[in-house]
Amino acid sequence: MLSHLPILQVILPFLAAPLCLILRKARVAWLFALLVSVAALAISALLLRQVYATGTISYALGGWDAPWGIEYRIDLLNAYVLLIVSAISAVVMLGAHTSVRHEIAETKQTLFYALYLLCFSGLLGIVATGDAFNVFVFLEISSLSTYTLIALGRDRRALWAAYQYLIMGTIGATFLLIGIGFLYMMTGTLNMHDLSVRLEAVESTRTVMAAFAFIVVGTCLKLALFPLHLWLPNAYAYAPSMVTAFIAATATKVAVYVLLRFLFTVFGARFSFELHPLAEILIPLAIIGLLSASTVSISQPKVKRMLAYSSVAQIGYIVLGIAMGTALGLTAALLHIFNHALMKGALFMALGAVVYRMGGSDISNFRGLARTMPLTFWAFVIGGLSLIGVPMTVGFVSKWYLILAAIELGWWPVVIVILVGSMLAVIYIGRVVEAGWFGEAENPTRREAPWSLLVPVWLLIAANIYFGLDTRLTVGVAESAAAYLMGAGVSP
Amino acid sequence: MSMLALSYYNYWVVIVLMMIGFYVVIAQGNLVKKIIGLNIFQTSVFIFYISVGKVEEGSAPILAEGIDVYSNPLPHVLILTAIVVGIATTAVALALVIRIKQAYGTVEEQEIQIRDQQC
Repeated sequence: MLSHLPILQVILPFLAAPLCLILRKARVAWLFALLVSVAALAISALLLRQVYATGTISYALGGWDAPWGIEYRIDLLNAYVLLIVSAISAVVMLGAHTSVRHEIAETKQTLFYALYLLCFSGLLGIVATGDAFNVFVFLEISSLSTYTLIALGRDRRALWAAYQYLIMGTIGATFLLIGIGFLYMMTGTLNMHDLSVRLEAVESTRTVMAAFAFIVVGTCLKLALFPLHLWLPNAYAYAPSMVTAFIAATATKVAVYVLLRFLFTVFGARFSFELHPLAEILIPLAIIGLLSASTVSISQPKVKRMLAYSSVAQIGYIVLGIAMGTALGLTAALLHIFNHALMKGALFMALGAVVYRMGGSDISNFRGLARTMPLTFWAFVIGGLSLIGVPMTVGFVSKWYLILAAIELGWWPVVIVILVGSMLAVIYIGRVVEAGWFGEAENPTRREAPWSLLVPVWLLIAANIYFGLDTRLTVGVAESAAAYLMGAGVSP
Repeated sequence: MSMLALSYYNYWVVIVLMMIGFYVVIAQGNLVKKIIGLNIFQTSVFIFYISVGKVEEGSAPILAEGIDVYSNPLPHVLILTAIVVGIATTAVALALVIRIKQAYGTVEEQEIQIRDQQC
């Protein structure tokens, strides 16, 4: 049983998704989906422990050994991302029933759980697999279900947002497909590990360069790097609250994982950063992205949209860390993947609670929130502080490492940019807090959000504080994963 | 030079189709036409994969006596998966367009944007 964990991780939610449709009753489907998410979380925790104990796990699908068969290869990096995705999924599912009952038509609720699990298994599949083509297939599984999940939003603009995301997402995925095709043409293999060994002999050919360009652009579209982020704000703003909480915390992180996997494992750090001017392209884009998106989010009247722009900015931080091309920068990026999932998960869940009681996520809905819904309000405040990067929250840890990495390289302007980004976050979070604290509630009889929503929100907030204080697990894993990735390009 | 251009004609076909598809996706305002463009764009990649699998003098990859050079069947198998994905994408996209038509009363990008700004 334990030796089959890598495939169980993916196949469990994948098989559970159609079962949701049989269950028919929304409450039963929800319980089932929650159970599956918790089981997936347990599997990913076991996997991480196993990787720590015995090193990289290689699982040959159907008994066909790599490189002929599809290999699931779990190393420290995958195990870490798998844990993030399944932990967020479990927490989001915990509160999903209350919010979904309120936001999605009754006939579509079981469908929601089926799609959710499908999207979940797609994301897990992207991370678990060691086969380049398999990444594309799982990417499309998760993307197609995401488009549909977004379209479940109540506002008709959700449909338009889903359509736009579909067009851009498909172009991104097709770019990835072209890149993988070029790689196969040159090496005759699709196994990532095998690719990394064989690419060295042909690394100076133009075909491999083209493959590199297509894969980087395709994944950057998926992870919403400026200026390829246009699909993101509307998709997040109009999707149902729980969908936003889930995809904001996981989907872009998984895309970042794909980028890391191709840059460091398949092509290798030397190819990506020494032979090609990747850093010179990514760093300006990351900086422009984080400054412009933060600035735009200040003027957003809709809090959900504001947080969506803030997500684009946070992706800027992550890409900045990756583009530094040093172990410390990579550590910061990996930390921020984890930490941003925690804070955005918490913030969007809290927003879900506000939508549940107030019926909207405009800034006017936040007026007087400190008195009518104090627990939700304070959760939002702490999540916001974490987003800004205040000490004792996770946001501080990753910003701290990012600044250290910039100082190590002597990039003082970048340090200033990071600090300015935090200042901008103070302004846009501050606006909401101001409305909540000083504003007059339109309807002072509004009650606190139900416990079923508060518990997951506060679980995530507690994680925000806990991992802000006790950094042994996150920093330990991130540092070893970064060291592993930096070395992966050299040793076969 | 002309030999070079001719011997790589499959890539020229792919590039031309890809650019046509991409252009249609960007330039067309009609949502259904955008999907058609997307389909052409994806199809060009399918053709690329299939043509890459061709081995010179190679026969179809079916075991038979007297034949020892076969075309590579793997890209063909891969692209079968990608075709299925493409069909699923088209289906979801068309379903979305139907919902958009019901909600907005139009399938023109510009009109949708105008109607969104009004409310």
